[in-house]
Amino acid sequence: MTCDEARILLHALLDNELDAGHAREVEAHIAGCPACAAELSAQREMQRVLADTNLRYTAPADLRARIEASLPQPQRQQPSRRSVLRGFAMGSAVSALAASGVIAVVLRQDDQQRILSEVVSAHLRSLQAGHLTDVVSTDQHTVKPWFNGKLDVAPPVIDLTAQGFTLVGGRLDYIDARAIGAVVYRRRQHVINLFVSQTASTEHRQPKTQTMQGFNCRRWGNRGLNFWAVSDLGADELAEFVDKFEAAMKANVEG
Amino acid sequence: MPATDDLQKARRFREAALPYLDDVYTLARYLLRDASDAEDAVQECYLRALKHFDSYRGPAMKPWLFAILRNVCNAEYARRAHRPSAIEDTPGAAEQTPLWHETEASPETEVLRSRDAGAIRKLIDALAEPFKETFVLREINNLSYREIAEAVGVPVGTVMSRLARARAMLRAAWMAEEEQTK
Ligand SMILES: [Zn+2]
Repeated sequence: MTCDEARILLHALLDNELDAGHAREVEAHIAGCPACAAELSAQREMQRVLADTNLRYTAPADLRARIEASLPQPQRQQPSRRSVLRGFAMGSAVSALAASGVIAVVLRQDDQQRILSEVVSAHLRSLQAGHLTDVVSTDQHTVKPWFNGKLDVAPPVIDLTAQGFTLVGGRLDYIDARAIGAVVYRRRQHVINLFVSQTASTEHRQPKTQTMQGFNCRRWGNRGLNFWAVSDLGADELAEFVDKFEAAMKANVEG
Repeated sequence: MPATDDLQKARRFREAALPYLDDVYTLARYLLRDASDAEDAVQECYLRALKHFDSYRGPAMKPWLFAILRNVCNAEYARRAHRPSAIEDTPGAAEQTPLWHETEASPETEVLRSRDAGAIRKLIDALAEPFKETFVLREINNLSYREIAEAVGVPVGTVMSRLARARAMLRAAWMAEEEQTK
């Protein structure tokens, strides 16, 4: 590694953005290069001082009020499902998504907080009128085949009506710039989105609940799949959903 | 369909986008360096975001709002005839210069003195674009490199080099100022 490269990558090291291999490379260079080592400690020092200083601004109350006032009567728009799938109308961000494939090598893979916020955003979007399901059926034998050919791996679709969670249908969604299956359930008036994506790892990851923007998200991994269950249900009922789902999965696999 | 659908959409939008109002306003203040211009830009940003909310499929809400705000600010730059026209148009040779020329002064011996927020904000304000926006998005708005790349529309490699450059310039300006006040 040259000093040129180290002077750039040491920031990614400071920001905890490097994967383990690249982090080791940078650290190895710095161990043998006093100039780059000095730069790293100087930048760490500056970051510390900056972190101790409030550099944010607070939006004036009347700005907030003006934006609120412009909301209740928005322009009526009627997007079709297809126009939604076409993506949003901003060239710059679309090209950035294309570029993000390249950088997956350098960056840490488990940017969990960002994924969580995308999952919650996807849940919010699904709650907009007409956006919840692409295929509507309470029959798992209808929902499951619908995903075939649309995704590399069709998500498991399990009827949990008897366990108190009604299967509503399925939907194609996008998380982390990738198509992902969403299986939709309902308990009383609450919607549960179960997002399922393929993962290289086959290890079992224990379910964990996080909260964002008032939604509970329970995340776990099993059998080469990552799951995120999102809902405004209480944490205990969402955990119950995940337990019932996993039990049914297990029964399916073994039965 | 009655207006309840619009109201529902407005409610979803409010829940998804309004929590980031301070973030968007902070970025606008740094990009435009003017409180009332920043207010106008943020209001316009939220109007546009609402308009496109139906077709919004990601990335995460915060970088998406920032991408819209940047477009609004670029229009504002264009309006200010005496200013650089757009964020993209200014890097030029500055981006090519080696990084450590600013930090020759043996950094290991010098420790930055804590400053009040106003003084540091001034130093940040004085950074050239596109380095300032990259710095603010990372250090103040807490975006990941990937999110910055999404918001700005450049590859992550560019984000990394701009950030390195921004921090080197900021530290050099900071040290220079402390040198003067000694
Ligand atoms: Zn070096």
